[in-house]
Amino acid sequence: MKEWTKQHILGIKDLSRDEIELVLSQAQAFKEISQREVKKVPALRGKTVLNLFFENSTRTRTSFELAAKRLSADVINFSSSTSSLSKGESAVDTVKTLNAYHPDIMVVRSVSSACLYDFDKYTQASIVNAGDGQNEHPTQALLDMFTVKEIKGTLEGLNVLIVGDIRHSRVARSNIFAFHKFSSQTTVCAPPTFIPYEFDKLGGVEVSYDLDEVIGKADVIIMLRIQQERQNSSFFPTIREYVDKFALTGARLAKIKKDCIVLHPGPVNWDVEISSAIKDKVHPLILKQVENGLAIRMACLYLVGTNKR
Amino acid sequence: MNKFKEKIKILTCDDIRRILYRLTHQILEKDPDPQKLVLIGIQTRGVYLAKRIQQIIEELEKIKVPLGILDITLYRDDLTTIGHNPIVKETIIGFDLTDKVVVLVDDVLFTGRTVRAALDEIMDFGRPKRVELLVLVDRGYRELPIRADFVGKNIPTSNKELVEVRLKEIDRKDEVILLQEEDRIPKTEDREEAI
Repeated sequence: MKEWTKQHILGIKDLSRDEIELVLSQAQAFKEISQREVKKVPALRGKTVLNLFFENSTRTRTSFELAAKRLSADVINFSSSTSSLSKGESAVDTVKTLNAYHPDIMVVRSVSSACLYDFDKYTQASIVNAGDGQNEHPTQALLDMFTVKEIKGTLEGLNVLIVGDIRHSRVARSNIFAFHKFSSQTTVCAPPTFIPYEFDKLGGVEVSYDLDEVIGKADVIIMLRIQQERQNSSFFPTIREYVDKFALTGARLAKIKKDCIVLHPGPVNWDVEISSAIKDKVHPLILKQVENGLAIRMACLYLVGTNKR
Repeated sequence: MNKFKEKIKILTCDDIRRILYRLTHQILEKDPDPQKLVLIGIQTRGVYLAKRIQQIIEELEKIKVPLGILDITLYRDDLTTIGHNPIVKETIIGFDLTDKVVVLVDDVLFTGRTVRAALDEIMDFGRPKRVELLVLVDRGYRELPIRADFVGKNIPTSNKELVEVRLKEIDRKDEVILLQEEDRIPKTEDREEAI
């Protein structure tokens, strides 16, 4: 069996196909722990996990926190709004300061893209990316893949359709990298303003501006969250127009393949990305993603946390 | 990993079959009420041995006792010091352990550390009435105060030797082999494979 050698999990881009498969197989084993009477194993006993969130997040942070606790690690949460960051301390200084507590793992969410690649200069801890700007959100892509594999049985040869704000989405980027490693075809679909122009040249990615045209061939649809705060910017004219052209509605759901699955990283803006009329049909799987996310994060923390350096 | 060469075959396919029948009779002799009995096999070979015992109990008593699968990796006492991640395998215990007589099944009893981990893990699933330990081979060299209730064969070994249990389900044939180290003294990391 393959062995895990990485100290950090910074992005899907850096992971090999074997490493992704290892995380997924480990997550499968970790999923069972949450169904036990005592939902805790001593794997990371005595280790300290520091949740360092420079950007607000409740779901991802909670998921990482619970994952660490189920592995018996000690967890400290540190978020920008309640910390010295709001007093003007720089991110690097914050990392240096927190490093004085000798954490074993730092789970970091940052505002700026790809800045985590520098962080290991300032800490001995393993770094797990919990979303960095518009770069990557590796654990989200891993949990998406886990969910797809659980239902489809495979990750290969799939048509994956990602709909929504591709430009600002680290989830989209991580998923594109991930599915590409398994020879699945990714199609991104959004208004032109939401698709970076380089994507046309990116190998393995198809670009579409017409959801109705591409929806029928998808095996997996990943609906991205539309950040409402951007609706007044120039990216799209009105929410109503976006909904009309790009929302998943009952009519569009009728056009998809029978075994096509719909994912969403959450939280869903009902009646924006997905019509609330089909909530009963799509919500159960989205909640399943949350459950799988916990198992994936347990696997990630286990792999970097027990990897002796 | 040090190099080991085959020294002697300790148990043949027929030996293993007879031993498993004998051990099953011993279990049933000690716990005549199989309703309370559950088997838990320790990954990987303990699981196959437990499955065989489950079949023998069914053959003898016409009752299928529940079978659980236990992976002790996350409970190992050397998890954060061995330098590589041992792969976590499935744990499936789909029944309540409360007030049950658990027969824990493993292939080789050596340092006792695996059994210690298994006991801790079992307690997280419930409070069994009793836990008994069944092993195909006891090779000695205990590092913890643990002993087996049902032993297939006691094999005195030296610490330069390794006992390898091979089972049809994964190794194509049934046999137990004693391996002898070729040159060096085993390092700690080699011995962990066998705990």
